[in-house]
Amino acid sequence: MKRAFRYVVFYGGLLGLWTLLAELKIWPPYLFPTPWGVGEALHNGFADHSFWIAIAVSMQRVLIGYIISVILGMVLGLGVASNKFLEETMGGLLVSLQSLPSICWWPLALLWFGLSQNAILFVVIMGSLLSVTLAMEDGRKQMPKIFGMAGRNLGARGFKLFWHVLLPASLPFIVSGLKQGWAFAWRSLITAEMLYLSLGLGQVLMMGRDLNDMNAVVAVMVLIIAIGYVVDGLVFKSIQRHMQNKWGLTPAT
Amino acid sequence: MSTNTHNFAAQLPISARPPLSVRATGVREKFGPVSVTRPSRAVSPQVPKVGLSEICLSYRTQSGERLLALDHINLEVKAGEFLCIVGPSGCGKSTLLHLIAGLQPPTSGQILVDGRPVQGPGTDRILIFQELGLFPWLTVGENVEFGMKMKGVRKAEREEQTRHYLRLVHLAQFKDSYTHQLSGGMRQRVALARALATEPDVLLMDEPFAALDAQTRDLLHDELERIWAETGRTIIFVTHNVREAVRLADRVALLTFRPGRMKREFPVDLPRPRLMEDVEVVRAARDILDDLREEINRSLAEEYQAGVKPRVEPGGEQ
Repeated sequence: MKRAFRYVVFYGGLLGLWTLLAELKIWPPYLFPTPWGVGEALHNGFADHSFWIAIAVSMQRVLIGYIISVILGMVLGLGVASNKFLEETMGGLLVSLQSLPSICWWPLALLWFGLSQNAILFVVIMGSLLSVTLAMEDGRKQMPKIFGMAGRNLGARGFKLFWHVLLPASLPFIVSGLKQGWAFAWRSLITAEMLYLSLGLGQVLMMGRDLNDMNAVVAVMVLIIAIGYVVDGLVFKSIQRHMQNKWGLTPAT
Repeated sequence: MSTNTHNFAAQLPISARPPLSVRATGVREKFGPVSVTRPSRAVSPQVPKVGLSEICLSYRTQSGERLLALDHINLEVKAGEFLCIVGPSGCGKSTLLHLIAGLQPPTSGQILVDGRPVQGPGTDRILIFQELGLFPWLTVGENVEFGMKMKGVRKAEREEQTRHYLRLVHLAQFKDSYTHQLSGGMRQRVALARALATEPDVLLMDEPFAALDAQTRDLLHDELERIWAETGRTIIFVTHNVREAVRLADRVALLTFRPGRMKREFPVDLPRPRLMEDVEVVRAARDILDDLREEINRSLAEEYQAGVKPRVEPGGEQ
């Protein structure tokens, strides 16, 4: 109850400040969107279904891209973690590649895949693959060796060992990396969508820009943040909580 | 947690424990169709259950020098025998169990189980690790079931077996708990049930009771002896506690300090059930202890002199 109260106070205050600044009319409304203007834009967007469609399209893309990069990242990460040669060669490359914004791949992606969904997916995958790979590599290394030995001892081999022992044992160590990978995927997606007429939230945002409708731009920004928050709060938080209960770890604050 | 252990103590007074002759019968009959393998295998009595011949193991230390951990170990364990291996810490006794379990190959020498060479891990030999290695993401029941699941045993049968083995270690009502919710002694029993559920011929136990308080340990000694008697498993049990070894074993093997060599073997013919406090147990332990003390002194002297010399950790990397 107390926590809810604090939320209300904080966000109410923030909204109040915004309203105040808008009311003072220091800047003209086309430069500084107002809360009610954004509210109206949100309402209109949902009323004419354009936001629903954009959300559905964007979510579909990010899910496909993210799932592919999780699978690829796990294989790559495991490979790097369990092979000395790969670790010494590819390990350093992966870390340095992470400093490259994934949108840098956009020109190449356009050449390779054309103006298509696949070009966007490629950028999304490049955005999140590295975090997942590095997280998996790290998790595999941090995981206590005893679990692997106990698994082999009890007759687990090959894929069964990976699926029933190595993966669940390293999960607590990779879940934050998976979360980071999700955030990168989401960001890359929006960026890519802004560069290409493609439905999706990024395009709706750019449409606001083209129409000089800052209310719509901020409305989409709010949506992007809200979706990021919901996925983080619902999906990853509950995975983490579930794991902490099972493992008996103290909940991270 | 502790009240549960106490209840169990009341259920099983020492006098009620089955005499040795009950070995290889008992529980399986009581629980009906559970039985899958009978402990007595059609192997000629000349072939030992586990045979080690000329086992050597050497590590390469970080500075590049070779460190001999095990030096020409010869050992034979009969089917159904309870063997304890004692030695000072760092003598490689845990490593020896890892070798028998097939988790790590020896540098030279041969390990035979039922006359066949060990090629890798197998569910005929289950090791109970010192740190147990229970899976924290699984419930107690799922832990016990794990080996059977890997073997591809059907779900219905797995559940029945899991119930059976949890009952055997008196943890039936904790089937759905997670391991971190249990006390140390209870976790030991889960590890024991998990190992037994894969129906191993040979149970390898690596200082399983070292971290427990004396009361819990005594209880688990009783339970282990009872389960051994009921299931007829061959047990190789590593400990640094000589009285514990005499309390449990048919035979005690003493390893020397690094490099680990077989120093002496002591048959223990005392009647069962025994107690760690029995006069005969203490007396038998003293003989072994005299030998062991020599080794401990040697190990201490070497550690003081060497100062920073790398230690060989049990189960460490090669």
